[in-house]
Amino acid sequence: MSKEITITIDGIECKAKEGEYILNIARANGIFIPAICYLTRCSPTLACRLCLVEADGKRVYACNAKAKDGMNIVTQTEEILEERRAIMEVYDVNHPLQCGVCDQHGECELQNYTLEMEVDEQHYAIADTKRETKNWSSVLHYDAGLCIVCERCVTVCKDMIGDSALKTGPRGGDKLDKSYKETMPKDAYAMWNKLQKSIIVPSNGTEYTNCSDCGECTAVCPVGALTERDFIYKANPWELREVPSACAHCSSACHLYYETRFTSIDDPSEKIFRIKNEFHYQSLCGAGRFGYDYENRNVKKDPNALKRAVEAIKKAKTIRFNSMITNEEALMLQTLKEKFGIKLVNKEVKPFQNFLKVYGKAKGQMLYSNSFKDMSSSDFIVSVGAKLRNDNPAARYLFNNIQKINKGAGFYFHPVGDTLVPTFGKSVSVFNHKVGDEEYVMLLLLDLFADKEKLPSEIKEKLASFKEKRVKKVKEKVMKEVVEKVVDKESGEEKEVKKKVPSFEEKEVEYEANLLVEKLGGDVENFNEEFEKALKKKEDFALIVGEDFYFHPKAANLAKLVALFEETTDFKVAFIPPKSNALGVALICDLDENEEGFVVGYNEPGDFKISALGDGDFDIPAMNQQEGTTTNMNKRVVPLNAALDYEGYELNDIMNELGLGKNLTIDWTEALPVEKGYQVAKFDDLPNYFANDMSEHRGYVLANMPVDKEEVIIEEFSESKLEGQIAYRCNPQRQFNDFTDKAHQIFEPFALYVSPEKAKELGEFVKVEFENGEGLELPVEVDERLSGDIVEVPDFKAEMDVYSLFGKNRYAQVKITKV
Amino acid sequence: MSEKKRVGVQNYRFIELEPTPTTAWGKFKRVLKRSVKLELFVGLKVTFREMFKALFMGEMHTVKYPLEKLPISPRYRAIHEMKRLLESGHYRCIGCGLCEKICISDCIRMDTRYDENQRKEVVEYTINFGRCIFCGYCAEVCPELAITHGGRYETASEQRASFSLFEDMLTPIDKLKEQKEYPGFGAISPNADENIKKTPLAY
Repeated sequence: MSKEITITIDGIECKAKEGEYILNIARANGIFIPAICYLTRCSPTLACRLCLVEADGKRVYACNAKAKDGMNIVTQTEEILEERRAIMEVYDVNHPLQCGVCDQHGECELQNYTLEMEVDEQHYAIADTKRETKNWSSVLHYDAGLCIVCERCVTVCKDMIGDSALKTGPRGGDKLDKSYKETMPKDAYAMWNKLQKSIIVPSNGTEYTNCSDCGECTAVCPVGALTERDFIYKANPWELREVPSACAHCSSACHLYYETRFTSIDDPSEKIFRIKNEFHYQSLCGAGRFGYDYENRNVKKDPNALKRAVEAIKKAKTIRFNSMITNEEALMLQTLKEKFGIKLVNKEVKPFQNFLKVYGKAKGQMLYSNSFKDMSSSDFIVSVGAKLRNDNPAARYLFNNIQKINKGAGFYFHPVGDTLVPTFGKSVSVFNHKVGDEEYVMLLLLDLFADKEKLPSEIKEKLASFKEKRVKKVKEKVMKEVVEKVVDKESGEEKEVKKKVPSFEEKEVEYEANLLVEKLGGDVENFNEEFEKALKKKEDFALIVGEDFYFHPKAANLAKLVALFEETTDFKVAFIPPKSNALGVALICDLDENEEGFVVGYNEPGDFKISALGDGDFDIPAMNQQEGTTTNMNKRVVPLNAALDYEGYELNDIMNELGLGKNLTIDWTEALPVEKGYQVAKFDDLPNYFANDMSEHRGYVLANMPVDKEEVIIEEFSESKLEGQIAYRCNPQRQFNDFTDKAHQIFEPFALYVSPEKAKELGEFVKVEFENGEGLELPVEVDERLSGDIVEVPDFKAEMDVYSLFGKNRYAQVKITKV
Repeated sequence: MSEKKRVGVQNYRFIELEPTPTTAWGKFKRVLKRSVKLELFVGLKVTFREMFKALFMGEMHTVKYPLEKLPISPRYRAIHEMKRLLESGHYRCIGCGLCEKICISDCIRMDTRYDENQRKEVVEYTINFGRCIFCGYCAEVCPELAITHGGRYETASEQRASFSLFEDMLTPIDKLKEQKEYPGFGAISPNADENIKKTPLAY
């Protein structure tokens, strides 16, 4: 796309793409330019002005200056150094000298840059303002006294997370002494002037943030102003042992560091104190950041339990499991199936596996073509079948980031009303279509984007049937000539002046109405113009397919439509695997539909329960206590590391008792099926880091294996039979499974989540009855960002067996009665 | 051969002694002679002199340990002391953990928390004296002059824990007035004022 250029930074030749920011090029090439306020992947804020450099003799800010071919950049001149030193001195004015107690102490960018710029003397002063410490939410703590107003939190919340929950507010500080303007370096003065006026406040005008509590703002804070409430003053950053691993909760498997230390003086056992992430490269969600303490505690080897577990496996007809499982464990279960004919039942993954199979046959390859990482450059993104806010935070961040940074546009198709998605950008069109109309969504997308010639004739016919000529009234701006009499003040003469005045006239215009838009809840009258506007200057398109498509009565047809869509457009397409390691399970395990006989539950209810939750008949390590790999939505096999000790037995020990085991669990990593795209790679050889040029070095990428292609025959579309009250299987934002629920900083209860309007109608406690007569009694929780009539039933508790209630659909017709 | 052996030249000589009496009379005479001449007191003369000085002239050379102790150097590095602020009496330790970090025998640990006054509170602080090598790094690194070495060198106890907890090391509040600054490593240098660059204030 953009052409390769060469620029020189401090005499070093750097290759880059045209239009890249100088700061990013420098970082990619290992050249240091100081910067506090800039976050990679977010828009430059120009708050700190430290990244001042000279480009071809002109002073520019490296964070927002785009590189041009042949540019010559000098990062340090005497003038620039003086400017930077002054800036750091200003940051140190009135900054409390209590580094000793601060939680950022030791990894503080203010400390680092103050030393880097050799500030050993203060020249500036201003009277301090009282700034209160506040708790913004159940997890966020803001100490305004420590804040340097770099606005990183504001930026990341807007550009990455999409909550836009923070803004700068008035500080109420004194005005700067005017004499400084002459005596101070220019940029330092400008920065100080701005700093002295502002402070960070929640953007909704209250004392509390109304956000998804992801805590990314605490991660990006360069000083100790924003911290997790749970972590305040508990431990010092440099006492903590950093364990690079991956988050186990959703299919994004984000890179993170577990930070562990001894628990306390009385308890020398390791404990995870907090989670850190590489916020320049990947953002975490609330579940990843706060749902870390789900380890299986105090487990010792119990030979009797092992014996019973082996007996249970020998007796078992079915193993029931979910997606909270490593690739290695999934492979062990698959081995059990192959040796003993045990059925493998996974209700979360089976429909996804089926969907992948149909899609694969239609497309001629095993997996979806692109990864979410590829999509970060897109400027037009379409989300179908995904409850973006709840299903997968990484997909949501991507959708939002494209709107904010790539000046993109987006279509969001979903039956459940959401008030957050439209706020991602002006060019986001939301279609709240009816439940079961997903096939028509794909049809509309084919109509809008597909190369019509490549489409099969029946689709073409179908599309034509949705076109209609209609007439609409349009207000048109017409310039009218008006004659006005004006009296000249000086001479007193009356003059006639001709003026053109705009006026609006209603006019009837004929247009081609797209009835699909109307069917899907769009604004059919203005759609054509809006679509044209949204498409302007767009060249990189992406489609996200979500869980609704896999759990759909016509899932197979949808899979074919997605494949057809990919064939006939130049969209990048990626699927959101429904849960944690769903993709890995779908590839490794040969799943069965129904369970029978003696059931061994693996983190699931069963006649014999193998569990990492501490409530089973046989204990296994949780995902933060074991080594292994997981397959994420980016089709990457990423390593998990053990943050905490585990002294009990693992699944591999059962395998060893059965004569099928390997020496260590991680010896199974090499045995992952090559025919499914896995590599013969040793666990210990898998890298797990990001490089400065933003490239990801984590595990390896799955090969997309070819599959025999079959002819695509699109079936007839069907209408949904669901009527009346509809329930949607969907978790609250920070809950994914029993493990997030176990974490002490995740508070979202197992409840019926409804929109504020609906809550008034329902009261506090209800009984939800499903079609098969079974029911759940649930408290009612209001989700402020939900709108409409559809209620959400979470599925994060395995014992509630919500999957059975919903069957192979994410929507169900229910009867809700007050209790 | 025998000449090559390095045998020392033996310059022994006989001293002139009276012949040992052989008769009973002779023996009796010798005893009488030695006793009456009081040769014993010639030998005890120095002892008696020092005894006299010690008992009556206050020139005692030993101390009655454990009842009495010799003063030791103020910079002696024995069991740690936790100091208090002189004005408020609040303990000086801010829980920054630098001593914990610098400790080369990894024997310091502390538990801290966020207290009701939004301050960092040191809930518990221990030094494992089984491992402490009394190097003094903790006192040197302490930014608040809160942990210092004291003069308490008797480290025999029924339990090591007896003096390893925060309250054991902390200056008793009633003895705050007797609290002395530690002049050893980490203390403010005598010319500290000269080395300070003053920060301008807008008040």
